[in-house]
Amino acid sequence: MSSHTLEVRPWKTRRKGAVSSFDPQIVRQALLDAFRKLDPRWQIKNPVMFVVEVGSVITTIEFVRLLLTAPGPAFPVTRLHNETLFVLAVSLWLWFTVLFANFAEAMAEGRGKAQAETLRRARTTTMAKRLRRPERSAPWEEVPAPALRKGDYVLVEAGDVIPGDGEVIEGVAAVDESAITGESAPVIRESGGDRSAVTGGTRVLSDWIIVRIGANPGETFLDRMIALVEGAQRQKTPNEIALNILLASLTIIFLLVVVSLEPFAIYSGSPVSITTLIALLVCLIPTTIGGLLSAIGIAGMDRLVQRNVLAMSGRAVEAAGDIDVLLLDKTGTITLGNRQATRFLPLPGIDEQALAQAALLASLADETPEGRSIVALARERFAIGEEVSLQQQASRFVPFSAMTRMSGLDVLADADGQAASARGEEEAAPPVRTIRKGAAEAIIAYVHEHGGDNTHGELLQRTVDEIARAGSTPLVVAETWRTGQDHQEQARVLGVIELKDIVKGGMRERFEQLRRMGIRTIMITGDNPLTAAAIAREAGVDDFLAQATPETKLKLIREQQAGGRMVAMTGDGTNDAPALAQADVGVAMNSGTQAAKEAANMIDLDSNPTKLIEIVEIGKQLLITRGALTTFSIANDVAKYFAIIPAAFSTTYPQLNALNIMGLATPHSAVLSAVIFNALIIIALIPLALRGVKYRPIGAGPLLRRNLLIYGLGGIVAPFVGIKLIDLLLSLLHLTL
Amino acid sequence: MSITFNSFVQIALFLALVLALTKPLGLYMTKVFNGERTWLSPVFAPLERFLYRACGIDPAREQRWTGYVIAMLVFNLAGMLLLYGLERTQQWLPLNPQHLGPVEPQLAFNTAASFTTNTNWQNYAGEQTMSYLTQMAGLTYHNFISAATGMALAVALVRGLARHSAEHLGNFWVDLTRATLYILLPICLVGALVLVSQGVVQNFNPYTVVHTLDGGLQVIAQGPVASQEIIKELGTNGGGFFNANSAHPYENPTALTNLIEMLAIISIGAGMFYMFGRMVGNTRQGWALWAAAAILFVLGLAVALPAEQGGNPLLAHLGVNQQASALQPGGNMEGKEVRFGITDSVLFTVTTTATSCGAVNSFLDSYTPLGGLVPLANIALGEVIFGGVGSGLYGMLMFAILTVFIAGLMVGRTPEYLGKKIERKEVMMAALALLISPATVLGFAAVASVLPQGLASLTTNTGPHGLSEILYLYTSSNGNNGSAFAGLAGNTPFYNWTGALAMLIGRFAFLIPILAFGGSLVGKRVVPAGPGTFPTTGPLFVSLLVGVILIVGALTYFPAYALGPIVEHLLMLAGRTF
Repeated sequence: MSSHTLEVRPWKTRRKGAVSSFDPQIVRQALLDAFRKLDPRWQIKNPVMFVVEVGSVITTIEFVRLLLTAPGPAFPVTRLHNETLFVLAVSLWLWFTVLFANFAEAMAEGRGKAQAETLRRARTTTMAKRLRRPERSAPWEEVPAPALRKGDYVLVEAGDVIPGDGEVIEGVAAVDESAITGESAPVIRESGGDRSAVTGGTRVLSDWIIVRIGANPGETFLDRMIALVEGAQRQKTPNEIALNILLASLTIIFLLVVVSLEPFAIYSGSPVSITTLIALLVCLIPTTIGGLLSAIGIAGMDRLVQRNVLAMSGRAVEAAGDIDVLLLDKTGTITLGNRQATRFLPLPGIDEQALAQAALLASLADETPEGRSIVALARERFAIGEEVSLQQQASRFVPFSAMTRMSGLDVLADADGQAASARGEEEAAPPVRTIRKGAAEAIIAYVHEHGGDNTHGELLQRTVDEIARAGSTPLVVAETWRTGQDHQEQARVLGVIELKDIVKGGMRERFEQLRRMGIRTIMITGDNPLTAAAIAREAGVDDFLAQATPETKLKLIREQQAGGRMVAMTGDGTNDAPALAQADVGVAMNSGTQAAKEAANMIDLDSNPTKLIEIVEIGKQLLITRGALTTFSIANDVAKYFAIIPAAFSTTYPQLNALNIMGLATPHSAVLSAVIFNALIIIALIPLALRGVKYRPIGAGPLLRRNLLIYGLGGIVAPFVGIKLIDLLLSLLHLTL
Repeated sequence: MSITFNSFVQIALFLALVLALTKPLGLYMTKVFNGERTWLSPVFAPLERFLYRACGIDPAREQRWTGYVIAMLVFNLAGMLLLYGLERTQQWLPLNPQHLGPVEPQLAFNTAASFTTNTNWQNYAGEQTMSYLTQMAGLTYHNFISAATGMALAVALVRGLARHSAEHLGNFWVDLTRATLYILLPICLVGALVLVSQGVVQNFNPYTVVHTLDGGLQVIAQGPVASQEIIKELGTNGGGFFNANSAHPYENPTALTNLIEMLAIISIGAGMFYMFGRMVGNTRQGWALWAAAAILFVLGLAVALPAEQGGNPLLAHLGVNQQASALQPGGNMEGKEVRFGITDSVLFTVTTTATSCGAVNSFLDSYTPLGGLVPLANIALGEVIFGGVGSGLYGMLMFAILTVFIAGLMVGRTPEYLGKKIERKEVMMAALALLISPATVLGFAAVASVLPQGLASLTTNTGPHGLSEILYLYTSSNGNNGSAFAGLAGNTPFYNWTGALAMLIGRFAFLIPILAFGGSLVGKRVVPAGPGTFPTTGPLFVSLLVGVILIVGALTYFPAYALGPIVEHLLMLAGRTF
């Protein structure tokens, strides 16, 4: 049956013209911003980097002091010279550390701004035709779009740009939404139903609509989104706040460690220079994660926008990582909205091929997806070629009607065309053969009517019931023909076609993946429980909600939440709004109604319900990246102790050089190498922070083991190698001072 | 360096006994703190009910974390004042056959703080300072209730983890009473008798004066020792009846009493780990913490034992035979009792510092630098290696939370422990708890290492060893351990005051965030565990937890230790002593 599952379009739909990671223009702007962010009023928002900035200032002052110091007996020229250069070098690298961190954040913001720019382009100021009354014939006045208020009515005609977010209250129009979605195919927007929402900045291509404006200027989705991706109104997310507290307290601990070290050093014989102490402090405090934390958050939001999802808050993105339960609509998400023929079930005495052929004939001119799928199945199963279609020339298609509840074909002549041509009166002559397909009762009635009897009635009924129970739709096929001289009409039922709700390709694997991520999927459907159970089993979802109503959906979400689970769902209809609002992550389809969009905390511009899975991955990626860099940052400290402690006490206790396991050249180069490594690692990790650590759906245990190996163990080892290399380079360049 | 086969057997036997005691004790304590009937209920239940009635306590009324903390603080403050009063007035009170005078005010304050906080730091020699009444009604009383306080708080925190969508953590008075009545008293009754059978004294006699063989006079101190000795270990208090503590033959006469005392020190702590697992409904959670503690315990032994058994290289240069043989234990025997030898001394030391006990049977000041680093580091890590009664469990839980928060993000979820999300408030409290020790220890030690008042007490040693002594004093005080690097003269105004402050901060300033943490958790919903949940059982979590404890400890104390025991070790190898 695998050949019937259709390929679903790839999940990774990238926004058209997505911003490349290192656009030179963004880099240039980010470099400028990095300096601008040195302003202490701004820098203090990031306590870790603020400490580094204070250290930079102190070492700079120390450098100036040394410059002004005259060499004396205690401080001979060469020592003073070396010491001055050393302090200068440390000071410069500390400034670099702050700048690198600022640069990382500016890069993330720059990319967001570029995203916002593309969004903003859609918000060009247009003129709107404001109607006095919500009628096509009412007089209108031309006003600029920003002057519109919630509740105003505007007329939008072919060629006009829709001036603001709102709801179509009258008319139907084809709308080009490519400015927002990047999708070039126009979409239909019409009053009533679930396709009534329009977005400001999109263009009406044909016809006209009357739109009731749903948001004041500055409050539209576009406005909110632009503010979010630009990071202007970025509020720290809960987990980010918690992590900041931990980083701040680690910074305080290391401040205590370094401040108390000086008295211990004095006790031991000689004090440690302020420069070395500051170098030690900066190396110990978690600058790597401290410098990259906000960049990670902004980049996470940015990744969502690239996937064409607008999140209304950073909190929602973070919550997506915590989702335990996913509610997915069956139609369009789990199954391809249309039913597909999957089996021919002939009655006794009928050849399966005969049934297939009859079904094929009856469906050749049937342009419904079901009809096309029957043709496809028959051709594939019995290699019935194109030649069969020739028969159509002497036949007439009988389309489906609500009255007859069946469709089919009347053959007006034999295959050789004799019957019809002999008589020469095609129109009036009764058909030689008729084929009908349709609902069981309708077909049985048809057969009776044409002189047939229901010989295998019981078997037929059983087959039909069985198919229905399996979640499929039975389609019964019958034929009539004339035999003998008197053209006695005969009729019989040939068999049943099974039309199945086809589960999208790859869904089972996808759900399996989700299960490994610890996420349960619940299918929501209006089907009866029997059918729903069958499809749920086939799709591999964990549970289902049959005969779903807005109330039962809401109830299900509340139950799950009461059990401590976080629930995500997608929806587009107005009746989805309460559930969308109740869910921890509610994703509204852009094609959905205004009410749904307002209740949701994310909007998918592609209106692709499977996008939810990607959203969850992005949320998880965000948290993993934070955890990985925190672990890395703390693990780094081990090596820095081995570099700096022996160096700091090289005169007091030369024996401590036993701890200089990296064999660094001189005390000065040891301290400097550690500081340089500490600064460069921030730059080195910017791409990772912006891109995010790859998420693998392999379950928490293996994932943790993997990330611990890379970022924990790697975090311990990397600086040993890095500091040693920098030290070697300094030695090579005779910069060991 | 050779560790004898005998060493391995003794250590293995000890660990096996701890393992064997963990579950039965844990199960029993679970029952006690859940308020269930135990086999001792027929004896103690009427007494328990009488106590509640007499004190006007409604045992069914539970407290929020704030009520619990206030009850605990008020009760401890009252106890501290009582002890201070008793010390100052003992000369007028009975049971003072030696007619000992009042304890000096500062020393009395230091001692009151010390015993209230379960530290039992002793800036005095017991037999020359405290009357029998002070020892029994003051110090021993605190040995019981400071231990019960610790247990009660640990149970309250565990309830915070175990309960959900609730607000109460239990009733402090009930937990305190049940811990004392059902757990501490019965074990002590039996334990004290066993100790007496081995030669520990229990009397109210005046000190015995004997004529020694060489014709001199010797005063042999007496007293109600056994009753204080057993709770000294069981409650991880550590304050000896005599100055020599468990090295004194009247406190710890035989190898068997040594084993009993070590087991008493560690087994309630170990049992509480199991009780935790039991109370949160998954014993594997408890065993995971237990395993982490056991690994750290063995790591400490693995450093200290070879260091001590290896002896002093400087003596080896002088031709001293430090090899273990049938006739001598070998190694560094300075400051150790011959009846215990190297293994039982080191094992006792690691046990007493892994927990917050602080009783000693050998003198740490005389250990080799690395041998002395282990007890120092054990305390500095927070005494989470089974730890003090109660305090070990809540300390270890703080580290578990920290581990989950740092590494838990790496599975792509908001960190959670036992299904409770670790969010802003929890991180704040854990961070506060984490900050208190370094701030106290490094802060006071830094001041002491440069102020003349601090340096003046370094009467026997200077250099790195002197710094180790200062660090040890504040580490031990803040950690509520009470053992000492004895080279430092502690009974001075400076050390009496700062030491007492370190003890009070280390106990009470630490407890408040812990209970606030429990109070915040108890109201949370439980997220059911699934394949996406950070696993907090199993070898991965255990090794991660061990790693976090070691790295956080090392990052905090490495610079200070580099100038103390580490450089002392390197200098010793280079031939210098202090």
